[in-house]
Amino acid sequence: MSLELFLVIGAGLLAIGLFGALTQQSVVMLMMGLELMLNGVIVAAAAFWYYVAPGTADGQVLIVVVITAMAVEMAMGFAVVTAIFRARDVDMTDMAADLKE
Amino acid sequence: MLSAVPAWVFGALALVSGALVFRLDSMAKVTFALLASFLFVAGEVLLLGLGYLGVVLVLMMVMEMVIMVVFMIMYMMNPAGLMPMAMFHNTRGSAAIAGGIFIALTVGIFLVDWPARAGRPPADSTLALGESLMGGQMLTMMTLGLALFATIVASVVLATHRGRYDRFGDDLRADHPDDPIPGGVGR
Repeated sequence: MSLELFLVIGAGLLAIGLFGALTQQSVVMLMMGLELMLNGVIVAAAAFWYYVAPGTADGQVLIVVVITAMAVEMAMGFAVVTAIFRARDVDMTDMAADLKE
Repeated sequence: MLSAVPAWVFGALALVSGALVFRLDSMAKVTFALLASFLFVAGEVLLLGLGYLGVVLVLMMVMEMVIMVVFMIMYMMNPAGLMPMAMFHNTRGSAAIAGGIFIALTVGIFLVDWPARAGRPPADSTLALGESLMGGQMLTMMTLGLALFATIVASVVLATHRGRYDRFGDDLRADHPDDPIPGGVGR
């Protein structure tokens, strides 16, 4: 029972989320991968607060920031999906690759 | 100290449900697998003594995933999972990248000499967080508030199909709205 256990769980969640964000073709599933990555950051931040610096609230503030980042990502992601779907009927990342050229 | 068994169990379940997100076919099941992963992470946060943040995570993620189910069924080609189809690209490369990152992080976790514990957890961690956000971390809180407000404005702008500038011109001076199907009674 230690800091390392929680950090490994966080790293696992981050890796699973990264895999999803890289492989998924659907924009909504890609956002799920990003959320899982932030999920791992929450575990790591909570563990750091408890095991490294419980005297100050900085670790807790970091979790608040990550939770806010999740909410912002979700809202903006869905707004972008709505806009691009309405404009061009695109719901897959491969169909929205024009900027690559 | 913390009891190790629930931490292990919650962590393993969070990882399993996180992996299920990319294995299941049905979009509703996928979303609830993601919700389960968040709830187990909230369990870890509660175990670490952060009661307020754990409960916030539970409440926020339940609402967020219920909204997400609606969007998933709106935008996915295969919402019910009745027609199994591959929605992946570049699986092998991505698995190599994700696996490499996990191995690198794990090696780092066990090699780094983490600092000794400084201080003790406060009797009321929620009070400590509130005092911090309204005191020394006020700038963080204000930045977050501004970012959330910008998000509200930007998401409404992006999601609006035809706003008043489309209907009444850039200076909003048109006598009649320019609609695809004119309404009114013809006066």
